[in-house]
Amino acid sequence: MSRFQREPVKLVPVPSPNFIPERDVDKTPILEVSHLGIDFGGLTAVDDFNMAIGRTEIAGLIGPNGAGKTTVFNLLTKVYQPTRGTIMLDGRDTAGMNTIQVNKLGIARTFQNIRLFKALSVMDNVLIGLHNEMDYHLPSAVFRFPSYWRSEKIAKGRALELLSIFDMQDLADAKAGSLPYGAQRRLEIVRALGTNPSLLLLDEPAAGMNPSETTELMENIQKIRDTFKIAIMLIEHDMSLVMGICEGIGVLNYGKVIAKGTPEDIQSNPQVIEAYLGKKKEAN
Amino acid sequence: MIKKSTIIPMPLRYLINIVLFAAFLFVMNTLITGGTISKYYSGVISSIGISIILAVSLNMATGYLGQLPLGHAGFMAVGAYTSALIMKAAAGSLITFPLALLAGGLVAALFGILIGIPALKLKGDYLAILTLGFGQIIMVVLLNIDDVLGFKLTRGAAGLQKIPKTTTFLITFICVGITCFVIHTIMKSRHGRAILSIRENEIAAESCGINTTYYKTLGFVVSAFFAGVAGGLYAGNIGILNPSAFGFMKSIEILVMVVLGGMGSMFGSVLSGGVLTALPELLRDFDKYRMVVYSLVLVVVMIFKPTGLMGTYDFSLNGLLDKLILRLKGGKGDGGGKAVLVEKEGKANE
Ligand SMILES: Nc1ncnc2c1ncn2[C@@H]1O[C@H](COP(=O)(O)OP(=O)(O)O)[C@@H](O)[C@H]1O
Ligand SMILES: [Mg+2]
Repeated sequence: MSRFQREPVKLVPVPSPNFIPERDVDKTPILEVSHLGIDFGGLTAVDDFNMAIGRTEIAGLIGPNGAGKTTVFNLLTKVYQPTRGTIMLDGRDTAGMNTIQVNKLGIARTFQNIRLFKALSVMDNVLIGLHNEMDYHLPSAVFRFPSYWRSEKIAKGRALELLSIFDMQDLADAKAGSLPYGAQRRLEIVRALGTNPSLLLLDEPAAGMNPSETTELMENIQKIRDTFKIAIMLIEHDMSLVMGICEGIGVLNYGKVIAKGTPEDIQSNPQVIEAYLGKKKEAN
Repeated sequence: MIKKSTIIPMPLRYLINIVLFAAFLFVMNTLITGGTISKYYSGVISSIGISIILAVSLNMATGYLGQLPLGHAGFMAVGAYTSALIMKAAAGSLITFPLALLAGGLVAALFGILIGIPALKLKGDYLAILTLGFGQIIMVVLLNIDDVLGFKLTRGAAGLQKIPKTTTFLITFICVGITCFVIHTIMKSRHGRAILSIRENEIAAESCGINTTYYKTLGFVVSAFFAGVAGGLYAGNIGILNPSAFGFMKSIEILVMVVLGGMGSMFGSVLSGGVLTALPELLRDFDKYRMVVYSLVLVVVMIFKPTGLMGTYDFSLNGLLDKLILRLKGGKGDGGGKAVLVEKEGKANE
């Protein structure tokens, strides 16, 4: 945490009841979610969720276990279709779209319970992320036309470049499933970056990492944002990470947003403290 | 930097394989046309080739795509009848048979699309049952279509007789070569990786923007196409077609080849497709125990090596040559023989 310096940022309001960093305000927010909700049978997992994310913002989503954070990601990526509300991605309504379409529109993600292509090599995992960046058709593959060789060569170079963000290029031939836990999480980020997103969703990227790995991850998340000029939204329980790199933070409890603001706002918000530590009265 | 496991450059690797395969075809063909290999054994060798095509094509749907279709014989039947009818109608010309095989493959592929689109919406057991049903329906249709609709097409239970026996060693193994080449080149491309990603994790595949419906259908259709071609070769090899040859047991037989060889290993499918076809022929006297042996072998392999004989390992001649060159150059390849094999799984293996 001490190595880490976040530039002070001012959050400003945008037309919907949301806030984004001041430097992004002249551009459409990459994400604007309003009144988002989903019911699973009788259970309302997410209700009236509102959030805006600026073009180059690193945003955080925190809250106790079972609060509905992963469900929000699943709604944004259309793993579930929302029961209520709208999701505007880069100014476009994503209603009726599926996972593949919103990925092509610019959302990429990682998973809380890692979902790598375990039996395939690290390189193949990244190349699958780069699938839509390659353009040759099936006949070119079967007959090995020049477009195949060209496109594969470019993609492999790109994959190594992306792997080098985490210094993983030497692991290209290793089987993804054989990597240590931390490296698997990093590989998921690399694979997601392969799809050339404008919004990257990270679901507990530091889970299972030791403190030095976590610090390194924080630096790399910032590096990714700075080099790719993309927005990143992350769910995380490690408060030093969240408070260290997130500019805007939303706090979720029982499917509802109970607080929003800068890390400073969140840290001093009594409702947040209550959600995490419980009410004083109840504790007695 | 990156570990370079390929020493022989890419186009040369293809050339080496093509030259060696052509040499194999030439030698075998000389032996057969010269009479060193009898007509009977040449027929057996062709049926080995047909089994290899069936196993390699089913491996595309099971090993690579990760589905469990139980109707592969149905696609084979569709291809066999299509080719046979064309052959009977227009025998004689040299070009007829290749065209008939192509037509058999295409009609089977069409059925692959028709059955694949609903079937691939289902998962696991449901897909297995739906494709099993498809196989049975094909058999029943072939059996009864003439009676019901008054055609003189499939000739019911008596089956199609006197199909020109145009299947030769050469044409069979050219088809084997094409099947392996096409499936190999698909699998080592962005399209093949998309198919593998569905097997590995469908949700993650979709989150990478992979059109899973399209690629599932593609894998299924390619699988059906080559089963259809194998059916055509079968018709031309035996000369008689009968619906009962394409029943549930035939589908299971092909599945056993794939499982035994190792799901996801083309080399395993080639090997076990060949062995499981050759053995019963060589041990003719034990023919009635064939299914017993099948079941026993399967049980034993599943107990001792659940991933099949080859696992997902694919043999690569050039990979072998690479290792040899490395070793001759000064022992960099030593001590890691096994480890290198394991690491090369799923990588470019020509
Ligand atoms: N597919 C589902 N069906 C039913 N309930 C679900 C489903 N997915 C999530 N939930 C429920 O929604 C709530 C929020 O879960 P989740 O989003 O995973 O929480 P978090 O990620 O904040 O820990 C939990 O009560 C969970 O049981
Ligand atoms: Mg979660």
